[in-house]
Amino acid sequence: MACSEDLLAAVKAMAEVIEENKDWLTDLDRPIGDSDHGINMARGFKEVEKKCSGMEGKDAGTILKTVGMTLVSTVGGSAGPLYGTAFMKAGMALAGKTEFSMADILVAFDQAIAGVKQRGKSEAGEKTMLDAMIPALETMKQAEVQGKSRKEIFAEGVKAAWAGAQSTKDMIATKGRASYVGARGIGHQDPGATSFSLLLEAVSRSTKTGAGQVEMVLNAEMEEDSGR
Amino acid sequence: MTGIVIVSHCRKLAEGVVELARAVAPGAPLAAAGGLEDGGLGTSYEKIKAAIEEVCKEDGALVLMDMGSAVMTAEMVLEEAASEGLDVEMADCPLAEGAVVAAINSAAGQSKEQVKQAVEKTWEMRKL
Repeated sequence: MACSEDLLAAVKAMAEVIEENKDWLTDLDRPIGDSDHGINMARGFKEVEKKCSGMEGKDAGTILKTVGMTLVSTVGGSAGPLYGTAFMKAGMALAGKTEFSMADILVAFDQAIAGVKQRGKSEAGEKTMLDAMIPALETMKQAEVQGKSRKEIFAEGVKAAWAGAQSTKDMIATKGRASYVGARGIGHQDPGATSFSLLLEAVSRSTKTGAGQVEMVLNAEMEEDSGR
Repeated sequence: MTGIVIVSHCRKLAEGVVELARAVAPGAPLAAAGGLEDGGLGTSYEKIKAAIEEVCKEDGALVLMDMGSAVMTAEMVLEEAASEGLDVEMADCPLAEGAVVAAINSAAGQSKEQVKQAVEKTWEMRKL
């Protein structure tokens, strides 16, 4: 079981990873987007971070909804309503819970993806964050069925997310600003798929338990997977 | 009269479209929601919300927007507005043309549905 405290630690880790990688995200956004993904995400998560102390002791639903609303209000670009919707939908799935199982987390993740699809009127294969989210969830579901530990489930999800983010290089965008670039966007990794992979990686690193050795190996692999 | 909200990534663009529409139809209730709180480029949930509240009276309001996050953010504001009982919806149109047609029809006392129909017909207005 995970608790609200774990979730808040994960939220803080997400804010940190975005701040650390904001220049990279903006660089990825330069050739195919508005050159603002890193700046926008960092602005949003900075506000999220400020709200963390006020979220202590709250249930997971309230925490996730607060994160979502804050992102919608402060990000400014498409990532605002997309991630905002994702967090709010996840929050609805975990409403009232202060403790939740891996199965609960996967249901919330599933709802988050449904929210992004609906908000962006998008599906897999359109060079968006969904191309990291969907394989991550599928992999995590399988790992859960196989009875793996939470640490392992997250680690495998992160690996799948990065593979998905990398796969966006070969895709032609049909949604959002990148669709105006069309085939000229081939070879460029989608910033949204990248930021999602970073967020999931941050959550994965923030989850407690797990043997140190395994963790170190996985972390080294993650660096390689990301294309950083 | 039907309220009209103009949403854009750019403060100047939203204000300019409102200025243009107001010049053509001085009586129409128009409000601009452009750019972020700090004046930068982007779409602001709060600005859109405030603009809707400003012009959405008994005859309801229509929201016209540019692209991308403007559409998605407006959609989220509308979900909240609906839960508060505000009669507001989005209209799909080229922004400047739609705003002018919306203002003219609103000032003429057309209902929200009638204004929306007229606005969405602007897709058929070829320039050349």
